[in-house]
Amino acid sequence: MSKFSDFGNDLYTGKRSFDFIGKRKVYYSIAVVMVILAVVLPIARGGFNFGIEFRGGSEFRVSGASNTSQQLAIDAVHSVEANIDPLVTNVGTDAIRVQTEQLTDVKSEEVRVALAKAYDVKSGAVASSFIGANWGADVTGKAINGLLVFIALAAVLMALYFRTIKMSLAAVIALVHDLVITAGIYGATGFEVTPAAVIGFLTILGYSLYDTVVVFDKIRENTFEVEFSETTTFAQQVNYAINQTLVRSINTSVVAILPVASILFVGSALLGAGTLRDIALALFVGMIVGTYSTIFIAAPLYSHLREGEAKFRKAAKKVAAAN
Amino acid sequence: MSDSSVTKSARKRLTWLGVLIVGLAGIIGLGSVTNAGASFAPKLALDLQGGTQIILAPLLEDGKTVTEQQLSQAVAIIRQRVDASGVSEASVKTQGNNNIIVEIPGVPDENTLKLIRSSAKLEFRPVLQSSQSASATVGASPSPSTSAAPVAPPTGTTQQIFDKLDCSTAFRTPGQVDDPTKELVTCDVNGYEKFVLGPVEIEGSDISDANAGTVTSSTGASTNTWAVNLDFNDAGTKKFADVTSRLYPQKEPLNRFAVTLDGYVIVAPTTNAVISNGSAQITGSFDKDSSKSLADQLKYGSLPIGFEVQSQENISATLGSEQLSSGLLAGAIGLLLVVIYSLFQYRGLAVVTIGSLVVAAILVYLFISLLAWRQGYRLSLAGVAGLIVAIGITADSFIVYFERVRDEIRDGRTLGAAVDQGWKRAIRTILVSGGVSLLAAVVLYALTVGNVRGFAFTLGLTTLVDLGVAMIFTHPILQLLAKTRFFSSGHPWSGFDSKALGAAGYVGRGQFRTSASLSAAKVAKASKEANKRQTIAERKAAQANSANKAGENN
Repeated sequence: MSKFSDFGNDLYTGKRSFDFIGKRKVYYSIAVVMVILAVVLPIARGGFNFGIEFRGGSEFRVSGASNTSQQLAIDAVHSVEANIDPLVTNVGTDAIRVQTEQLTDVKSEEVRVALAKAYDVKSGAVASSFIGANWGADVTGKAINGLLVFIALAAVLMALYFRTIKMSLAAVIALVHDLVITAGIYGATGFEVTPAAVIGFLTILGYSLYDTVVVFDKIRENTFEVEFSETTTFAQQVNYAINQTLVRSINTSVVAILPVASILFVGSALLGAGTLRDIALALFVGMIVGTYSTIFIAAPLYSHLREGEAKFRKAAKKVAAAN
Repeated sequence: MSDSSVTKSARKRLTWLGVLIVGLAGIIGLGSVTNAGASFAPKLALDLQGGTQIILAPLLEDGKTVTEQQLSQAVAIIRQRVDASGVSEASVKTQGNNNIIVEIPGVPDENTLKLIRSSAKLEFRPVLQSSQSASATVGASPSPSTSAAPVAPPTGTTQQIFDKLDCSTAFRTPGQVDDPTKELVTCDVNGYEKFVLGPVEIEGSDISDANAGTVTSSTGASTNTWAVNLDFNDAGTKKFADVTSRLYPQKEPLNRFAVTLDGYVIVAPTTNAVISNGSAQITGSFDKDSSKSLADQLKYGSLPIGFEVQSQENISATLGSEQLSSGLLAGAIGLLLVVIYSLFQYRGLAVVTIGSLVVAAILVYLFISLLAWRQGYRLSLAGVAGLIVAIGITADSFIVYFERVRDEIRDGRTLGAAVDQGWKRAIRTILVSGGVSLLAAVVLYALTVGNVRGFAFTLGLTTLVDLGVAMIFTHPILQLLAKTRFFSSGHPWSGFDSKALGAAGYVGRGQFRTSASLSAAKVAKASKEANKRQTIAERKAAQANSANKAGENN
């Protein structure tokens, strides 16, 4: 404990300092490699594994069943195709609705027969049909549209608040990095993309930008009129700001990730696959990447974009001369 | 601020928090005892609680089929209509080649069903002939006015149909499609009056916006009459101006125009002015719910085809109840870990941390219950996950705050001064970062549909609660605690121990808080590890800083 507070003190006073700005080429390279992997791996694996909410699927309806246990349907589907997780719903008092990803005609007939046997009804009492996407192209289109408008407005808001467009630029690049990597994890592992996962993805968008803004606000404070300083340069002040907010970054991400991690691990241990795991995975990965990218990408990038400005270059020369 | 005024203003803000909590609970309590539909238990969404499944089948003339495009267009329109009635995260999808399945939480009332299935084809047609018809007055046709009509007067066969029309019978077949270029013989929705109407002048697709409201009387007072207000797009505005200027000089009944919905006349007012601003108001036999549902239908356009309800059944939750319970269990374990971590990190201050989280949780819970009642908000599993993430963002507000206060103490301020100064710096950060989250919530809520909209709602709610809690709970509590001996003396367990924080003597306000105040001895004590990590430039800067102890003015 006391060691951690010493660590915080040292970071604050500058006694101990990590060099985030100076090693930025290393961090940029890591980011580029990660982004390339996040694009290439999903393609190599065959794209995203979209759930039936996006693609539509097969639906079976068992009517007139005396036993309406959902487990019977799950077992029946598994007896035909072991790796399909059906969505089972009770309808009315004596009917069961089973939704699966789209099956071939042969498989579909097999499932129909298996369901009839499981619920002890005539095979005519099990109807099958095709259902369309619940999350259709219109929902996706509107979501993407909303996303773009949000990023544009957020960039304007940040540019106004921080009085420089370069902070917006650095923040948005870091955000895109986070989103590509989070999406890449889904593509690379073959985790099913469900509406819940998309919601988790959107949450990350908010969290990542939020985290960046908190650190950028300290940078804004530290670099105020730094061009008149004779002892410290713009880049040094940015690095100093990252170090000063490092304890906050660690504390916040631990506090935010603990509940998500417990959903992810407790949830998957108790339940196996499911909505909860889908959404927690997006959040878990996204939060770690979001915190990481603020420190290792957004801030160095911002410094990179600005330290070349004439006034800061002149000031940096003065500092170098003074030493 | 003097000590007593700080205490006073802190107490005042805490009182406001109390008033807010009691007020919210009071409103919900009142709403539930008066059976107005409020409840302290939040309502759950389809995935957690189940609801009603409605299968809609298209109304088709013999031999006609519905195209895939019509079906997906209908799905999009129905989804928007359902969304407009609240944040319930309904599910709308196609089934087979014909049907549409709508799943909504709870049991739908008649207005909801109408909202979902009516095609809502709105048309404006000029009145050519009308009669106060009741089923008894069949055949008693009034002589039609013969003044110069812009279109041909009713033809012989139309006249016969009109004469024979009995408004009390089911004279329209379900899903009947009228030719917009021909005359239409029909009745008003209540069956009081029958009409011969000219070809369609303006269609519902020319409407750019629609909303429901009460009619304001000429004196400006609002009345109890409900109306649907329409705004036309540019083309509609022009057409409406043309129609009203053409009809205005005519005599009764040719100066009337009829607004028809799915073939029935809702209202047929007399034109008493030329309307060129593109706004119209439809009154009729509306109440609050039916005017709202018509406005929602019109806003999102008419369905390409009519639908009828084929079946309506209860469905169980799509996710097992074990999903919710293990989600809550995992959330609880997560929270416990957060409590342990903040005890470890912030010691005595963990009281404030945990207190803030508890207050935030109470407020969110009350708001969700209130919005479930007023806005139809339903909590889905994705929403639960959103709330769990909100723990992190709420906690961040006071982590930012505490770290700022610690920074001020490190600069040698007393706790009272550090709390004030730290807050001033922290609140800027909290407001701008909260502003970004709020922006995301507002934009996504306004521009998206379905689950994304539900997510945006949750995000906006938790962000506002987070900002509120920081301002009217965390800050005043810390101000009050700063006055207690335990905290102000910097007890090792207070989390504000100035020794542990390495406070470095007062350096004065408005100075660059760099390592200027570090003594050379302290720098020398820095571990080898830290020295190794410092760049040459940084080491030089540190030396320069200790030399220029005065630092620089802001």
